[in-house]
Amino acid sequence: MRVAGKGLLTGAAPVSFTFDGTSYQGLQGDTLASALLANDVRLMGRSFKYHRPRGVLTAGSEEPSALVRVGKGSQAVPNVRATQQEIFDGIDAASQNRWPNLKYDVLSVNDLISPFLSAGFYYKTFMWPRAFWEGLYEPFIRRAAGLGALSGESNAEPYEKAFAFCDVLVIGSGPAGLMAALTAARGGADVILADEDSRMGGRLLAETEAVDGKPAAHWTADILNELKGMPNVRLMNRTTVTGAYDHGTFGALERVGLHGPADGPRECFWRIVARGAVLAAGALERPIAFPDNDRPGIMTAGAVRAYLNRWGVSPGREVTIFGNNDDAHRTARDLADAGVRVAGLIDSRADAKVTGDFPVFTGGKIIATRGRLGLENITVEHEGGTRIIRTDCLAMSGGWNPSVHLTCHMNGRPEWKPEIASFIPRPGAIPGMVVAGSAQGIFSTSGCLADGIRAAGKVLQSLGMKAPTIELPTAEDQTYALEPLWVVEGKGRKWLDFQNDVTVRDIRLAAQENFRSVEHMKRYTTQGMATDQGKNSNVAALALLADATGRGIPETGTTTFRPPYVPVSIAAMGAGGQGMGFAPQRFTTSHQASHERGAPMIEAGYWYRPSYFPRPGEKTWLDSCNREVNMVRASVGVCDVSTLGKIDIQGHDAATFLDFVYSNTFSTLPVGRVRYGLMLREDGHVMDDGTTARLGDNHYVMTTTTAAAGLVMRHLDFVAQVLRPELDVQIVSVTEQWAQFSVAGPKSRDLVNAMLDNHVDDASFPYMACGSVNVSGVPGRLFRISFSGEQAYEIAVPARFGGSLYRLMTAQAESMGGGPYGMEALNVLRIEKGFITHAEIHGRTTAFDIGMDRMVSLKKDCIGQTASRREGLLEDTREQLVGLRPIAAEAKLTAGAHLFDKEAEAIRVNDQGYVTSVCYSPTLKTNLGLAFLKRGRARHGEVIRLVDHLRKIETLCEVCDPVFLDPEGERLRG
Amino acid sequence: MNYSGLKVIWEGLTGNKGWKPMWRDPVPKPEYDVIIIGGGGHGLSTAHYLAKNHGITNVAVLEKGYLGSGNIGRNTTIVRANYVLPGNSEFYSHSLKLWEGLEADLNYNVMHSQRGLINLFHSDGQRDAFVRRGNSMINQGDDAILLDREGVRRHLPYLDFDNTRFPIYGGLLHPRGGTARHDAVAWGYARAADQRGVDLIQNCEVTGIDITDGKVTGVQTSRGAIRAKKVAMIVAGRSSQVAAMAGMRLPIESHVLQAFVTEGLKPVIDHVVSFGMGHFYISQSDKGGLVFGGDLDFYSSYAARGNLPMVEHVMEAGMTLMPMIGKAKVLRSWGGIMDMSPDGSPIIDKAHIDGLYVNCGWNYGGFKAVPASGYATAHLLATGTPHETAASFRLDRFRTGRGIMDEEGTGSQHNLH
Amino acid sequence: MRITCPLCGTRDRREFTWQGDALAIHRPARDAGPEAWDNYIHLRENPAGKTRDLWYHDPCGTWAVAERDTVTHAVHSTTLVTEVPR
Repeated sequence: MRVAGKGLLTGAAPVSFTFDGTSYQGLQGDTLASALLANDVRLMGRSFKYHRPRGVLTAGSEEPSALVRVGKGSQAVPNVRATQQEIFDGIDAASQNRWPNLKYDVLSVNDLISPFLSAGFYYKTFMWPRAFWEGLYEPFIRRAAGLGALSGESNAEPYEKAFAFCDVLVIGSGPAGLMAALTAARGGADVILADEDSRMGGRLLAETEAVDGKPAAHWTADILNELKGMPNVRLMNRTTVTGAYDHGTFGALERVGLHGPADGPRECFWRIVARGAVLAAGALERPIAFPDNDRPGIMTAGAVRAYLNRWGVSPGREVTIFGNNDDAHRTARDLADAGVRVAGLIDSRADAKVTGDFPVFTGGKIIATRGRLGLENITVEHEGGTRIIRTDCLAMSGGWNPSVHLTCHMNGRPEWKPEIASFIPRPGAIPGMVVAGSAQGIFSTSGCLADGIRAAGKVLQSLGMKAPTIELPTAEDQTYALEPLWVVEGKGRKWLDFQNDVTVRDIRLAAQENFRSVEHMKRYTTQGMATDQGKNSNVAALALLADATGRGIPETGTTTFRPPYVPVSIAAMGAGGQGMGFAPQRFTTSHQASHERGAPMIEAGYWYRPSYFPRPGEKTWLDSCNREVNMVRASVGVCDVSTLGKIDIQGHDAATFLDFVYSNTFSTLPVGRVRYGLMLREDGHVMDDGTTARLGDNHYVMTTTTAAAGLVMRHLDFVAQVLRPELDVQIVSVTEQWAQFSVAGPKSRDLVNAMLDNHVDDASFPYMACGSVNVSGVPGRLFRISFSGEQAYEIAVPARFGGSLYRLMTAQAESMGGGPYGMEALNVLRIEKGFITHAEIHGRTTAFDIGMDRMVSLKKDCIGQTASRREGLLEDTREQLVGLRPIAAEAKLTAGAHLFDKEAEAIRVNDQGYVTSVCYSPTLKTNLGLAFLKRGRARHGEVIRLVDHLRKIETLCEVCDPVFLDPEGERLRG
Repeated sequence: MNYSGLKVIWEGLTGNKGWKPMWRDPVPKPEYDVIIIGGGGHGLSTAHYLAKNHGITNVAVLEKGYLGSGNIGRNTTIVRANYVLPGNSEFYSHSLKLWEGLEADLNYNVMHSQRGLINLFHSDGQRDAFVRRGNSMINQGDDAILLDREGVRRHLPYLDFDNTRFPIYGGLLHPRGGTARHDAVAWGYARAADQRGVDLIQNCEVTGIDITDGKVTGVQTSRGAIRAKKVAMIVAGRSSQVAAMAGMRLPIESHVLQAFVTEGLKPVIDHVVSFGMGHFYISQSDKGGLVFGGDLDFYSSYAARGNLPMVEHVMEAGMTLMPMIGKAKVLRSWGGIMDMSPDGSPIIDKAHIDGLYVNCGWNYGGFKAVPASGYATAHLLATGTPHETAASFRLDRFRTGRGIMDEEGTGSQHNLH
Repeated sequence: MRITCPLCGTRDRREFTWQGDALAIHRPARDAGPEAWDNYIHLRENPAGKTRDLWYHDPCGTWAVAERDTVTHAVHSTTLVTEVPR
């Protein structure tokens, strides 16, 4: 119920919202949880395993129980914490993990058979019969498990990512965080203050204590106003710092648009790079494990106080409080002051000092609770006896756990502090980060304010900046006294991990079965593996395991908190990846012209290249491909080859350098000539191949395959800087500076000459010649090289002229009976000629395997030479490159098929090799293949059986030389 | 104690008071026939098969932390037999057969779920490579089905087929591929080995390996010296450090591989899906979390944690492939230390020191190998000869160049596999 | 993770490519024998702690040697590989 005059929402606008189909009214500034509690709705969800009815446990992002679905259709977000979701007009929320509805949930039958579902029961059963696992047991378990559901529809909303940089990142805006931010900002540092709440102030918003003589909320507003006015401060509310990574990098999730109707980004994932950081993340209150402590209406005492003091909501009309520490008393005091009936304060300590106008039970414990869908009464055992108290809300406090989570992200292990019966961070757990306030185990307001100043000062000092003098505001400075209370024994289950339904008995069972390591216990019981990552249960579970195994808590150890601090949507961390954004798109200068010709484009690494150029009447890609192959063989074709890597290499030692990176020799290459080069990896296998032209004594231009362009560039830099720094050689990638086109076919010279200002002829520009040319007035380069086996040239111009040159050349080609050709035809042309691509040099093959062993010159050292001489890489039994021709010309060959002797069974032990590339050759009117075959070079003429199990194809083939067409190379030179 | 549904019911009715410890906590004996360094999946399965197949039970498994504290409890739980190269094919095929009988063998439900694994391909060249792989799998006697684009759509209708950077050409379905509950595998092997008399000794760090005249005589530990004539190092993630105690350098580099799990969700992904183009793979656990991962962080590391660039890359890959997972929230991320070898394939071999055995180099494929690795290592320890399924995993293959099994074709740079 | 390029300054790890132990600098002679080459190409100290390894700053094409810790990920220094004493 809303308490008149209480809270910070006085005067806020009304908001209507829907939960499970029922409309309610709340106020601007409410969370779903506070608004539902204001409407006396206590039942909000069901637990994971037993489907127990659950309400809110907390008032923050650590909430394990009140998880709801928000939104509909593809916009629906599952597992949203009702304690964090702000309401807005029209918001539609619904409960999860129940059927048919929240009140009557069929699977709550699990609760009745819970004795059979103890920790790890599933490891001990469902084993027989074997086939039932996938067919019956697992589908049932999967359907019963899970919390919320994804819509199954593609994400349609925008998410963002961003970088930010600062001197000091302050995480948390409670008293310690505010003072830290103020100190750092006044000290002149660039400050980011991040807080996951919609409103900054942390616990100051939830308490009634005064700061600097003002109500805490007013003081907070004043400090925030000062910070807002400073140009070196950035305030980021609704921003959870989710992870601490190396070298001052933090991940943070900003909930940009989740508190309003869907327009604009929903969330933004920040990468914040900070020179220093203050962790002022506060502390989280822990529940007490007493019998049936999980009913809706039972929540932490601090949450009750927050609902009352911030949102003006009392979660009950007759509230009881149960704690083991003085802090819990504030809840009773604040409720009583607000006029809410306090039905009893139970303090487990016999010597607790409590004053207040309500019944007090010292040395008391709750030994039972009742109420199926919400708390109705509790049974208290105390020094004076046992009594049943009617209550609809129980506020419990087992003490506070410092929020050490981020300090564990780089493997820091927190240390046990017995005075607070909890863990505090170890200094230096995150380099550059200082922990302040209750995150450090300091629980008074005054202490936190002072510690914020101290922490920021320390960070400023480490950055070489001077800390300003800041006056410490006056505030309460009470001591925090508690007596550990981990469990109240008695009949009934005592929950530790509320979401995963892990009880005290499960922890003890784990110990009984010798899962004594805390990691074993966690993994066996699933404690700490729910969406709160153990925030509410870890310390108590650990204490109980320590007790059950007869060890102290420090010896028992802790499990590790891992990033992210709160769950982060994949859409936020993966923002930008959806659709085409996952990888860059690279387009050639001829892209538009190819597109206009209707060429389907295919991906080649990041590039797009035309597959084929359909003409009217052509029904399939093969029709076009065959025409384009015939066209190149008969007249002329034009193909954009700009995607191949082009690397400019200059310097006095350029020739020596190339001799070292290529297996063959380039120092002997005359100026004005091109040579094919084979490049090995240092492990002796083929890395890449391509041609390199010598443009001048000390100037070469290398081409690489499209796929390996980046790799080769890095490799050349490696060789030049790491291995041969004494060489005078400069290397730069010019792939994008030049547009380059292959002109192939018997009429290629005519086409090229039509473009050149000065014509070339066969004598002055023979096969493998290169040189500078003028292309219609533009300085360009010409190379007489061929990947088709035809007389061919590659003509290169600065990239800005590429598009127009391509249009000119294709038009000219068409006037000569030729035209453009695409990747399909290019592939056929090279297979007919036995030229290799990365289908053959796939990283596992050597020069020996592809029949180029003689290209590994032993007259000089080169990368990969020594390793390529290893005995195992030169054995005749290795698979060697061969050609395959089907015995029946039309019989199918498929790439990826394996090879077997004619009569042998097609099983691994008989495997003779595999097919790498296939095509239909319109030139030779047969299917062709390239393959690797054991001892292949010695088996030309042999008949072998190709088997493709997947496509159910078997074909008899003749093994032959991989060069099917013009083995003498007459066409090339023609 | 035998586990069964009836036992679960009986214990449920009697307060679950009768469950016995999963394993003993024995005090180390002064001497054993065999010492296994490492109480992870491979070490525990080696112990089990030593006892079960060879009757060698005077065995100690020495574990620095808790049983299963290494990569067996940090992986993405995928079980498959889809290798292309001889040497790997027969080994992983054997492993999958052992998986299929594991519950019966161990009397422990490791939840091995053969839900099917689909590897997607995005170009003609990738299709050809997967066809070769699929045919290798069938040659080996395993199963593979080639799916075209529509075939993939039938199985995985939620993928983005229309607006995605690398369009889906098809996939290779491995019906017997799937997942298992990782911790349960360690626990099941541990319990089975313990029941046959193997001593599982936790919190016992090996600090030295004793070698006299080229022969192993035992180990030094944080709990004293222990004698044995045979010592097996089965400590992937720490292989180099342990081997250094015997004066050995291994062909291993340690790298961090991150993995991720989301909050629990109702069933939405029924297969294991692998997106090689984006280095992304995903499945859904029985509890409902989406379990997924990507590539190495690509710098050598023993930190067992990673950094944001790979985190974000993995998420971006997920978003381009299956944007319906966008609103699933990542609950936890973690890292494991991978033993990366120069060809991406493992090592199970004798060392040059008499009585010393090496099992390492599992790269990021060690989980599915656990049964066959233990089986083969036990065979090697017991008989002195490699098991036929693991005969290719030799330590000297890099020096000789003979039998290199580079499935990825990326060469001898350790981190590129 | 942030790495300092000796030429460009401190940059996000995304700009770098890592390539193994800095022993790569000391390439054996081609006739050094199989042991030396096995040591160079395959075998690694692989230390848990201080290491020296090679990083390539892709935007400027520079190779640097980083002195680094494989357990804490601390980077103690980066030096141009061409300026590393050999």
